[in-house]
Amino acid sequence: MNSREIIIKIVSKKLIPLILLFALYVQFHGDFGPGGGFQAGAIFSAGFILYSLVFGFDKLVSAVSPRVLELISVTGVLLYIGVGFLCMLLGGEFLNYSVLGDTQVAGQHVGILLVEFGVFLTVFSVLLLIFYCFVSR
Amino acid sequence: MVVVTVSLVRAQFLIEIIVLSSVYSAFLTAIFVSLDALDVAMTEAAVGVGVTTTLFLSTLKLVGNNAESFKKFSYISLFLSLGVAFLLVIGIAGLPPFGEVDAPIHQHLSTYFLENTLNETGVINTVTAILASYRGFDTMGEVVVIFTAGVGVVCLLKREECDE
Repeated sequence: MNSREIIIKIVSKKLIPLILLFALYVQFHGDFGPGGGFQAGAIFSAGFILYSLVFGFDKLVSAVSPRVLELISVTGVLLYIGVGFLCMLLGGEFLNYSVLGDTQVAGQHVGILLVEFGVFLTVFSVLLLIFYCFVSR
Repeated sequence: MVVVTVSLVRAQFLIEIIVLSSVYSAFLTAIFVSLDALDVAMTEAAVGVGVTTTLFLSTLKLVGNNAESFKKFSYISLFLSLGVAFLLVIGIAGLPPFGEVDAPIHQHLSTYFLENTLNETGVINTVTAILASYRGFDTMGEVVVIFTAGVGVVCLLKREECDE
């Protein structure tokens, strides 16, 4: 290992947790500041891709297998649609979150949080899956 | 940005083009930030600068690094692109000035959303509220589109792997 490689490895080792943390911040702070599920998913997967570029693709695969990612992406879509149908079961229209909580505001809050999380899961796992497909060829 | 664009057109190797388009995305991110579109800027920084460049580089590893095949100069395409650019400039001249309060886009729905979003959803960020709640059905479509794109890529690349 030469000295240039050491600098890259140490810097990205410090940086990757911050990137992932920032993605989660963008995700859960999306109600109050800029951002949301899509942005958070993109940043989160960028963190994983940086890890793969620095430490090698095999290490990333052993940490997160493609099979898990496929499951996560399906979960995201189903979570979104499931929230929609849950609203219907509770007596509202499809994707009308107001029925999810005691008051309209509380229901909307829960609904938006769940739906954004679904978007986050799908975007993150699909971006990473596409990356896997290209690199593993 | 103009310099980057000109050198993009004049680039000789594919790897040059990839790096330059990444730089272009970085400039675009700065423009989005200066227009206060922070969420778009975040997406552009992560996807445009990071993920896309990585994907292009890994594709380059598969296909090789020569760009000779498309080094043809055609007057028709020059004429066409200049014509479209001209039409776009005419269109810009017809738009109301940037950020004007009386512009048609600020008259119709925007005022409703800005006045009522906080009371109806309790969410401070109006963009998030519109995307996830008022327009929830559209966003669901977008998620399904992303998912379908992922499934498509996985199917294409995995199947070829099995054929080999």
